[in-house]
Amino acid sequence: MKRLLEALKPILRPELTGNAESPEVDNTAYSPDSRVDLITGGNDNTTITDKVCSIVEDKPTIGWWGFFLLAFSVLGLLGIFVPFLIFWGVGTWGVNNPVGWGYAIVNFVFWVGIGHAGTLISAILFLFRQKWRTSINRAAEAMTIFAVICAGMFPGIHVGRAWFAYWMFPLPNQMELWPNFRSPLLWDVFAVGTYFTVSLLFWYMGMIPDLATLRDRAKNSVRKIAYGALSLGWTGSNRQWHVYERSYLLLAALATPLVLSVHSVVSFDFAVSQVPGWHTTIFPPYFVAGAIFSGFAMVLTLLVPARQLFGLKDVITLKHLENMNKIIMLTGMLVGYAYSQEFFMAWYGGVKVEKFAFINRAFGQYAWAYWIMVSCNVLAPQIFWFKKMRTNIWVMFVVSIFVNIGMWFERFVITVTSLANDYTSSAWDYYTPKLADVMIMLGAFGLFFTLFALFCRFLPFIAMSEVRGVLADQAHSREAALARHSSEADSASGSQGEN
Amino acid sequence: MNAEMNGSVEVHTITAETATDAKAVLMLAEFETADQLMDAATSMRDKGFKLWDCHTPYPVHGLDTAMGIRPTLLPWIVLCGGITGFCGGLLMQGWMNAVDYPFLISGKPFFSIPASIPVAFELTILLSAFASFGGMLALNGLPRFYRPHFRSDRFRRATADRFFISIDGRDRQFDIGANSRFLRDLGANAVEVIEE
Repeated sequence: MKRLLEALKPILRPELTGNAESPEVDNTAYSPDSRVDLITGGNDNTTITDKVCSIVEDKPTIGWWGFFLLAFSVLGLLGIFVPFLIFWGVGTWGVNNPVGWGYAIVNFVFWVGIGHAGTLISAILFLFRQKWRTSINRAAEAMTIFAVICAGMFPGIHVGRAWFAYWMFPLPNQMELWPNFRSPLLWDVFAVGTYFTVSLLFWYMGMIPDLATLRDRAKNSVRKIAYGALSLGWTGSNRQWHVYERSYLLLAALATPLVLSVHSVVSFDFAVSQVPGWHTTIFPPYFVAGAIFSGFAMVLTLLVPARQLFGLKDVITLKHLENMNKIIMLTGMLVGYAYSQEFFMAWYGGVKVEKFAFINRAFGQYAWAYWIMVSCNVLAPQIFWFKKMRTNIWVMFVVSIFVNIGMWFERFVITVTSLANDYTSSAWDYYTPKLADVMIMLGAFGLFFTLFALFCRFLPFIAMSEVRGVLADQAHSREAALARHSSEADSASGSQGEN
Repeated sequence: MNAEMNGSVEVHTITAETATDAKAVLMLAEFETADQLMDAATSMRDKGFKLWDCHTPYPVHGLDTAMGIRPTLLPWIVLCGGITGFCGGLLMQGWMNAVDYPFLISGKPFFSIPASIPVAFELTILLSAFASFGGMLALNGLPRFYRPHFRSDRFRRATADRFFISIDGRDRQFDIGANSRFLRDLGANAVEVIEE
């Protein structure tokens, strides 16, 4: 064993076992007259560049290989079960007569929701000038892209006859019939398609200056050509920065209403129908809050280990994590409020079947799923009221996993309970997933984590150019604070002199 | 002497004999800090240079004003993209479902504004985003994979931790000797000439 460790030493970088170079610094203390440092560890432009680029330039750590290979083998499940599904049809799934929307829709809504935190961080926090977004926005946006890829896969395969998936696009079919634009399912195609495209543009555009950094540091010709092509010949010219920044701002302003619209439109898939438990006006805001909630949990699930593995504890600091935990707590309570309002409206609305739908959710045959949802989504985040808990990385990691589970169950509860027990009790049935359902769900996680591992390895993990801007601000505000202190001291001594 | 000047050989002390204005395509001056660059940029603007630029590893606040850059046209391009997306989205839905192949479903009207809003909205955003990205590339002349700047090894740090001023060889005031003295006086710690 000792020998093995000795042999592994060259590959086992310090990052793997808690990096000595990036110690955990508690920068969460609140002080009214100065802003906390968002980047700790005395970093400057040079060290930040070296640190972030080394993730891509150095040999991958054993931790990365382990993560990648595990994710890749889980991805293999998709390779087995998707062809199986396409060959045999949706009969391989557990969907039955009342419950025609099973895991495929649950997973679709889950993954689209995950993406929302990335856009919130990159666009909405940008518009609000929240500087702490800069350390996490690149990874969060990557997460958005990969989550939407996972989401987009499900409508493609759940149509059953995957070779007709093009019917979703505005193309005439063999009878020259166009798709039906009066259906929310088609709105969804446009919403998710636009969301993916805009997120990709936003992500790529933000990366151009950092890709240029990688190009300029590249030692071998493969890297020179690859990063050279991707960075489009960027020279950091200020005339280009000027247009670039304006374009980035506009994209942020466009992505903000877009992200709110996407999960609203996803909720229309349910809300525009007449199924009890689905036909409610609260769905759009409720879905958006839930999406942001689940997305932030996934950001934490990814970043807590990543900052450890890549030695980025001074860039993605406790302050960043604490802020995210606060958002998780807030959105968790919004979701809890929505759960309670659904019950209130069902009672207040006086529609018998609605009332039944909600009592059935909480106490019917799927009560187990409902209470998993409530405990994970409403109760678990309450621990973040305590500062000690929301700055403890183990606590936040565990809570983030709970929230991921809870939000998956939320979509399960919404989709399945309403379908399984609707108007006519003679049509009721119990939905049980089959092997293919579970395996495709797991495979999607494999796809997501594989893509994320590749992103860590080949693209700049931190938005370096933006972090440099934060460093400059940090230096300026420190200078200003010093100047203020000395002038206060001067005036104090001056007034004393006068007296 | 001129053989030394080929490629990106750095010229620390520039005299009229070592580099010729006729061959030079670009001058680069390196600065240590953003504040130095800001002051230098103000002086460059005041001296009346036209074909010059600053290169920074991150967008430096206030540099646009210091350089005298006029606001970009980009927002108008994006507005056009958005209007096209919205109108195009409404027309597409109306034409496909109400004109080319009208079909009745659940007694809904063939075309109505409310039902068409979600798709029209998404297309507004989509085309605006394309206009924003495409407009940014077009206005910046990207992609352009070759630039004389890339022949300088020193310039590689422009995307990491150094700040540069570049003067194009076609600028009317381009003069290696005078400009390099001027740039050094402004605090440049190195001046380079890139020749053809």
